[in-house]
Amino acid sequence: MKAVCWMGRNDVRVTDVPDPTILNGRDAIVRVTSTAICGSDLHLYDGYVPFMRKGDVLGHEFMGEVVEVGPDLRNLRVGDRVVVPFPIACGNCGACRSGLYSVCENSNPNPGPVEKLMGHSPAGIFGYSHLLGGYAGGQAEYVRVPFADIGPIRVDDSFPDDRVLFLSDILPTGYMAAQMCELRPGDVVAVWGAGPVGLFAMVSAYLLGAERVIAIDRVPYRLRLAASYAGAETLDYEQVDVLDALRDLTAGRGPDACIDAAGMEAHHPSAVRYAYDRSKHAARLETDRPYALREAILACRNGGVVSVVGVYSGFIDKFPMGAVMNRSVTIRSGQCHVQRYLRPLLDRIRRGEIDPSFVISHRLPLREAPRGYEIFKHKQDECTKVVMTP
Amino acid sequence: MTGDARPTAAAETAGPGGRWARGLGWLSAGLGLPLVAVPGHTLRLLGLDDSAAARALARFVGVRELSQAVGLVRGRHPAGWMWSRAIGDALDLAAIGYLGGRAERRSPAAVALALGLTATDLLAAVRVTRAARTHGRIIRAGASVTVNRSTTDAYRFWHDFENLPRFMAHLRSVRIIRPGVTRWTANAPAGRRMEWDAEVVADRPDRVIAWRSLPGARVPNSGSVRFTPAPGGRGTEVRVELTYAPPGGRLGRAVARLFGEEPAQQIRDDLRRFKQVLETGEVVRSDGSPSGVSVHRQALQRPARPRVSTLAGER
Repeated sequence: MKAVCWMGRNDVRVTDVPDPTILNGRDAIVRVTSTAICGSDLHLYDGYVPFMRKGDVLGHEFMGEVVEVGPDLRNLRVGDRVVVPFPIACGNCGACRSGLYSVCENSNPNPGPVEKLMGHSPAGIFGYSHLLGGYAGGQAEYVRVPFADIGPIRVDDSFPDDRVLFLSDILPTGYMAAQMCELRPGDVVAVWGAGPVGLFAMVSAYLLGAERVIAIDRVPYRLRLAASYAGAETLDYEQVDVLDALRDLTAGRGPDACIDAAGMEAHHPSAVRYAYDRSKHAARLETDRPYALREAILACRNGGVVSVVGVYSGFIDKFPMGAVMNRSVTIRSGQCHVQRYLRPLLDRIRRGEIDPSFVISHRLPLREAPRGYEIFKHKQDECTKVVMTP
Repeated sequence: MTGDARPTAAAETAGPGGRWARGLGWLSAGLGLPLVAVPGHTLRLLGLDDSAAARALARFVGVRELSQAVGLVRGRHPAGWMWSRAIGDALDLAAIGYLGGRAERRSPAAVALALGLTATDLLAAVRVTRAARTHGRIIRAGASVTVNRSTTDAYRFWHDFENLPRFMAHLRSVRIIRPGVTRWTANAPAGRRMEWDAEVVADRPDRVIAWRSLPGARVPNSGSVRFTPAPGGRGTEVRVELTYAPPGGRLGRAVARLFGEEPAQQIRDDLRRFKQVLETGEVVRSDGSPSGVSVHRQALQRPARPRVSTLAGER
């Protein structure tokens, strides 16, 4: 079968690899009908996630049709159409039983290295390095789905792929970002990053009762999307001082909740400060560039919430802990516990409250994945989201 | 009762280095005695100067040889005595050079004897030191895990020792050969196997199981596992302690390599698989580690791409 393989920094190729086979009893093999490139795939593409190996199959946003089931799989049948969540979760461990699927205790079969880096291991993730399990990803014609009785949600043919594909990651991730803010009437929410996750966080914030949503980015077409689709006010951080602007917009209070949907490869308008972290990042003295996070913490009102769904991989410095502690700021974070949100979000899609397909800017055949990565990375051709069909 | 896991078979007192040490001890005695008793004769026999100064030096060397002989034959700290011999040899060579300072008195026999002894002593010292490094070293390690099952479930699964190879990476099989006695087969280095018998020494249902190898095991070992309810209905806390007493020599070094580098990590990995089997029914496999993971392979994984199917005609 054809699959998108990571071959090194800035190098993905579509190559022939063996078809996947059932390895565990609760596995399913899914024939992929749609798969997307995620912003977090760009961290792999840019070479910032350790423990990648040449030849790894990428992709954790995908859906398709079940073509084979393991002997212990009871709830899925060949022919079922499913959307697959990106975290692999067993459903039986203490974390899964508490609804914390993205920190499943059993789905990373090789937890030693990540325990050294992070203390404990999170769940395994499709196509996301050997730190997180070494599972082949879904940017391929076929993919093996472990614990297929816990993750995948069946969808009927009335939904086109475009409307449900993003249940796999970015829609629930944006929704969880807003939910972690524990919004109350009148709340103002600021969102750093107007990429797909940021856009869904903005939409979700309104759905969950926010009074105003403010989008912070520097890419004009993304800020336009934030305004037109999500109804957000926008700030271009290359044009205005974000902290001043937010103070102004909230009459000195600061946003009640701040969402970091930018993550480890953020940018900064000051060339000197950007160069400082950029060079440390390049030399691997710092694993992440935390401008958005630093700014979100400083902007947040006293006693507010900073909700972090942008991906971080390791260690950051110049972390404004004094602001967090002295001003009673709550930080909430996590890889999305997608399994929790599948059903409620599918219901919202069915009722027409959200149509996630608005983020799609490009549709490509799988064989053009290398071009998809390039235009998405460089935000060429107003690229917001690339969906590929095998 | 069970926590103090001790190796059961007493290791050979001096290990394989003991033969070397005793042999060299008797050799020391053979050299020292004539040097002390009849220094003049001995010096002349070796073709060396038998002046009064030389006889005094010979007596001194003799006394040193005799004391080393006692130390080596007694067999305590053989490595230290061996190295003292090697250093003594170097001094002897210098003394022979001094005594044979004038060319016509230089003795090829004495030089050859001293050089031969030096070589033997150095070789022996290195070997005994190396053996001593693994010999007598007891490897003790423990790890723990929380399993989302009752203490009864966890205890019962472990109590069936034939289940152990399902999650202990280095075990090939465990068979019950008679009540309370099991035969363990493990993967040894270089594709070989190691077998030993073990007996259960403590067994309290839902609480603790302890076992130890029976005499005759090449690597005496013992282990215990305790099950306690985790607070607030969080399942069962499982705590394992293992003890190995590797012998000296090559086998000991191999065992030390196998268990010694990260023994706790290895037990933790085993326990994680134990948890996987109890909670999900089997060991979880990924494309990057399709046959499960051992600590040695963590850095050496294959890429996360599906394996070539071994079944012809499969989709």
